[in-house]
Amino acid sequence: MTYKRIYIQTTYRFSLIFMQDSGIKTSILQGLSAAWPICLGYIPIGLAFGVLAQKAGLDPIEIMLMSILVFAGSSQFIAVSMLSTGAGAVSIIITTFAVNLRHLLMSSSLAVFLGNTTRKKLSLFAYGVTDESFAVNQTRFSQNIWSLDQALVVNHAANIAWVVSSVIGGYSGRFIHEGAFGIDYALTAMFICLLIFQLRGRLYVITAVIAGVVAVILSLIIPGSSYIVLASIFAATTVLGIKKWALR
Amino acid sequence: MGVTIIHQKVVWVILGMGLVTYVPRWFPLMLMSRRNLPKWLVDWLDLIPAAILSALLVPELVTNGMPRHMSLWQPELWVAFPTFIFALKTKSLGGTVVIGMVLFWLAQSVI
Repeated sequence: MTYKRIYIQTTYRFSLIFMQDSGIKTSILQGLSAAWPICLGYIPIGLAFGVLAQKAGLDPIEIMLMSILVFAGSSQFIAVSMLSTGAGAVSIIITTFAVNLRHLLMSSSLAVFLGNTTRKKLSLFAYGVTDESFAVNQTRFSQNIWSLDQALVVNHAANIAWVVSSVIGGYSGRFIHEGAFGIDYALTAMFICLLIFQLRGRLYVITAVIAGVVAVILSLIIPGSSYIVLASIFAATTVLGIKKWALR
Repeated sequence: MGVTIIHQKVVWVILGMGLVTYVPRWFPLMLMSRRNLPKWLVDWLDLIPAAILSALLVPELVTNGMPRHMSLWQPELWVAFPTFIFALKTKSLGGTVVIGMVLFWLAQSVI
């Protein structure tokens, strides 16, 4: 806990120093220093996606178009494998919708911090809401050390890493052998740390435990990825219910 | 250099995917950011990040295959423990990613 407090305090102090300096440049620097682990995690996955997409018959322009317009890793993998098995357009789009519906919860959670801004900026920000950028930005917003500008830098740095690595994968990914340097574990390790950032008290730990257990059970029963949304809603609702009942 | 042929079906798929992915990202921000939300909803949304990260992570560690089955003897799970401790001690996202990758790489080459 002391580590966390020191970390928050120093980050906050630094952000105050930077803010006096003001300007776009510092926002970009702060955003990039928050974004680089995401970018590092996206590179192997983007490359892997590019390789698979190329094998499924997509050319680099289509790969780029998909990474720009969709920008949601797991659904892109699923879409490409469905395309290669000859699935219909409508069923691919419906599957994508189901897989990416979890972003609805993430944007709702971020909306709490974004009252003072224009619709235009919010629309731009919405484009970059992914599992990873959500967790990085949400943590900082809840510590009051973050603004929408820095969050936009995080989103777009991650976006550039994703688009560029997936296109490179489409061209040359077949030369990179699987499992090199443990790159397959990059996002898992990132989620471990992001989860720890969220465990700010007993209620959050209980929520995480319930969500984890329920997600495992549901993932074994239901095919697909609906277990993520179902387990999250179940855990948050249960813990809130217990809290309300205990306070009564 | 060959002429790039853009398959029409693929383009429609990509456009459709883009639309159904963007709307759930955009809609709550438009709907909720300018209103005063009821307290229970704010409290509920406050729990969502911990829930969703755990729901994304834990099945990744303890299940495997298609269809999924429990798999406790896999490096994904065992590497998670030292990675977890490192993250807890350092609170460093970048450091955790690098340590996790190195440990997973070692675990894979040992097994």
